[in-house]
Amino acid sequence: MNVHPTTAGMLLAGVLFVLGLISILVRRDIIFMLLSVEVMLNAAGLAFVVASSHWGTADGQVMFIFILAMAAAEVSVGLALILQLYHQLKTLDSDEAAKMNG
Amino acid sequence: MIGPAFYIAAAIAVLATIMVITRYNIMHALLYLVVSLLAVAVVLYLYGAPFMAALEVIVYAGAIMVLLIFFVMMLNLGKESAEQEKLWLKPRIWIFPSLLCIILLGELVFLVLQNHQPAAEVKIVDPRAVGMALFGPYILAVELAGMLLMAGIVGAYHLGRQKEKTLHRFLENNEL
Repeated sequence: MNVHPTTAGMLLAGVLFVLGLISILVRRDIIFMLLSVEVMLNAAGLAFVVASSHWGTADGQVMFIFILAMAAAEVSVGLALILQLYHQLKTLDSDEAAKMNG
Repeated sequence: MIGPAFYIAAAIAVLATIMVITRYNIMHALLYLVVSLLAVAVVLYLYGAPFMAALEVIVYAGAIMVLLIFFVMMLNLGKESAEQEKLWLKPRIWIFPSLLCIILLGELVFLVLQNHQPAAEVKIVDPRAVGMALFGPYILAVELAGMLLMAGIVGAYHLGRQKEKTLHRFLENNEL
């Protein structure tokens, strides 16, 4: 099986991204949905690095660093939001938060 | 042509991610996700990005996962947490992630010992070039990332504060 490395890396990134997408669509636990976003961001970063090694430039790795920083900020804010949701609704079911009860 | 090292790491990454999305227990899913991120770090190393592989381990598998794990542990404090933990630590639960980790470790040791050269089509981008690009043409984006992190800190602090009541101030008098 003679696969070009770029093809193989992009296939792996695509498979990981689709797995994260399936998870975010299927699961109802809101922490699992945050986790799935992490999986998808990671897959996107992997695709960037693979493209960077394909072209031999540093741009893809720079983008990977930005994705890393964004994931860190996203997780901290997301966890704080989940904490507020948990204190208000006493559950982590995302369907409970579908109505705004305003 | 890429070697078996890539296929093993890729298979572990996909397998661990499948285990992440099929677990019912959030803690098991988090531990499988750590394995998946370590496998992706091996793949990054094979693609000529050793600095990115180190960052993946330190920031993703280290900092972000520890944040999530602490958060999950913080949410279910209580009496049942001890027996729940006893339930979690059954051998059939931790033996499969450990097996995946051990395969990854063996692969890493093998790669380090044989002084692995990357595949012919893969070009190595050294961290020096990344740094030069980061603080050369991308300096504005670096500053924006710094502002994003600052906003994340402030937002997490603001949202994470415990409030006594979440009612609107006009409703408070009616309740009492």
